[in-house]
Amino acid sequence: MANLTDLVNLNLSDCTDSIIAEYIWIGGSGIDVRSKARTVKGPITSPSQLPKWNYDGSSTGQAPGEDSEVILYPQAIFKDPFRRGDNILVMCDCYTPQGEPIPTNKRYNAAKVFSHPDVAAEVPWYGIEQEYTLLQKDVSWPIGWPVGGYPGPQGPYYCAAGADKAFGRDVVDAHYKACIYAGINISGINGEVMPGQWEFQVGPSVGISAADEIWVARYILERITEMAGVVLSLDPKPIKGDWNGAGAHTNYSTKSMREPGGYEVIKKAIEKLGKRHKEHIAAYGEGNERRLTGRHETADINTFKWGVANRGASIRVGRDTEKEGKGYFEDRRPASNMDPYVVTGMIAETTILWKGN
Amino acid sequence: MACLTDLINLNLSDTTEKIIAEYIWIGGSGMDLRSKARTLSGPVTDPSKLPKWNYDGSSTGQAPGEDSEVILYPQAIFKDPFRKGNNILVMCDCYTPAGEPIPTNKRYNAAKIFSSPEVAAEEPWYGIEQEYTLLQKDTKWPLGWPVGGFPGPQGPYYCSIGADKSFGRDIVDSHYKACLYAGINISGINGEVMPGQWEFQVGPSVGISAGDQVWVARYILERITEIAGVVVTFDPKPIPGDWNGAGAHTNYSTKSMRNDGGYEVIKSAIEKLKLRHKEHIAAYGEGNERRLTGRHETADINTFSWGVANRGASVRVGRETEQNGKGYFEDRRPASNMDPYVVTSMIAETTIVWKP
Repeated sequence: MANLTDLVNLNLSDCTDSIIAEYIWIGGSGIDVRSKARTVKGPITSPSQLPKWNYDGSSTGQAPGEDSEVILYPQAIFKDPFRRGDNILVMCDCYTPQGEPIPTNKRYNAAKVFSHPDVAAEVPWYGIEQEYTLLQKDVSWPIGWPVGGYPGPQGPYYCAAGADKAFGRDVVDAHYKACIYAGINISGINGEVMPGQWEFQVGPSVGISAADEIWVARYILERITEMAGVVLSLDPKPIKGDWNGAGAHTNYSTKSMREPGGYEVIKKAIEKLGKRHKEHIAAYGEGNERRLTGRHETADINTFKWGVANRGASIRVGRDTEKEGKGYFEDRRPASNMDPYVVTGMIAETTILWKGN
Repeated sequence: MACLTDLINLNLSDTTEKIIAEYIWIGGSGMDLRSKARTLSGPVTDPSKLPKWNYDGSSTGQAPGEDSEVILYPQAIFKDPFRKGNNILVMCDCYTPAGEPIPTNKRYNAAKIFSSPEVAAEEPWYGIEQEYTLLQKDTKWPLGWPVGGFPGPQGPYYCSIGADKSFGRDIVDSHYKACLYAGINISGINGEVMPGQWEFQVGPSVGISAGDQVWVARYILERITEIAGVVVTFDPKPIPGDWNGAGAHTNYSTKSMRNDGGYEVIKSAIEKLKLRHKEHIAAYGEGNERRLTGRHETADINTFSWGVANRGASVRVGRETEQNGKGYFEDRRPASNMDPYVVTSMIAETTIVWKP
């Protein structure tokens, strides 16, 4: 019998100049990703060449049934690693028909922050370490864990190899290559301390693109887990007890921090973050209080502290940065389910725009 | 050992100028698709160059045993995504040996309506949103649903991704590419509100070609589900209760509606549809009363309503059309098992030809 795989892999470039564009957006919960596809004339190299679109917001908790259209504005394009050819993924944000960003559209404000002249002049770089857990499909228990029980305690699993220690590498490796193919600035991957937990890093990316890339990388990851028959969790503390949580440590630097004398700029920025600790924590992800306990390489959620090479701190400065007197720092507070538009925009706003009173 | 796949994928263009033509027709229920293949000299791109053919109508409920031949007239050609090369799919309609359309041949009347000068002058465009549900083969329970139980309630599934929310994407994606390959004007796909339910859109297509393309797209879909070992259903309410039904929303515009001042033409057209609501509903698909309840993004079957951006209405006008003063509207009443020849031609007839 003819093969589904042959059909899915059909290369249409020979028979049509049409391409398929998969429009991606964030749904009503702020963490659910949605997408649908349309045929457009190709090739497309810039989001400005793509039409706005719309979807049924009443089905995603973002609009009422009698006035259900939510408008999609294309913001960034990536190559589609699933359909390949000239087909594309399109990261969008959401507006009312009158042109107002809907309440769950966090990109809009972030874009405003990043286009402020003071922020733009500082060329903010982000390196985001996205942790996540893979779960078995029908039981929602981490992959590789015995159903109804637990694996041996943490210790052997971080960066491990072996069928008794590393679970789900095919998902991780497929994701790594797919992201590189798509044009996402994925800088690395590693197996995490809790078995079944992994991490990938995106960056250094400038300004708003850091968050666009994280959202599309999350989309590609969940599409891959769908194919693999496992479930992706971005919960910050998927298993209670003596098991690590999952974070989205956000590494950050500005032009001033990267130049000689940068270390002083870094210390001032960290001080400002310390004064707005409560505000940041409130925006750093739901359920983070289950993760930021002061144990398992976290700082307690109510405490702000920083230190060089200190993984138990809210903010960690690398030894290299301290030695060279310039570089970057790592905000370890964001949870794995944080919205990168919110976090990256807020860090830039607090450290560059906020006057500190 | 040679592999079945190698044989199926043999490229015959080097060894022969013969092609394979798969003739497709609609069977006696009005919803079952049938097909058989023949060898011809190729390549062929014009349906008028293809010979008429015939089949055993007594095996499809379309003719008595003692006079069983039903004649197939080729009407539209598409590239065959399964056999590839120069091989083709041929959409046909059915006639008696005396040249009369048989009762289940709905294309004949539709073609007459579309070729009438009044209708042809208005260049009617259609965009049809075909919804469908995938079922597990032996249990006939939706794909991804636990056998003997139900998934969590609707909410997470519309346009979703992930193994716990989206079931059957390989079928949907191969169908998308296969239709593009075949030359069908497929404009998009999306996952639907009920898990295991999907939608594809065909259009904008002019006149009779909308019906031809939806039927061939349905054929390609059912061939693909056959390969995948799942079953496709076009039932408008596959699961009773708090689960969405499946429709075939039909987007429509005429030349006058697309030009300046079109919004007034649209409103007049909608008024006419309102006056013929009962007649349209009777032709919009069997079992639609189980679906058009007034809940789950439908309007009640006995009520005709319309509104801008209103998914609970019989007819919905998009905000852009309202804003631009011209455009198109969406008839949300047709069920997923509607006959597109009937629906497209009836909308054209009521809005362009019919005088209240």
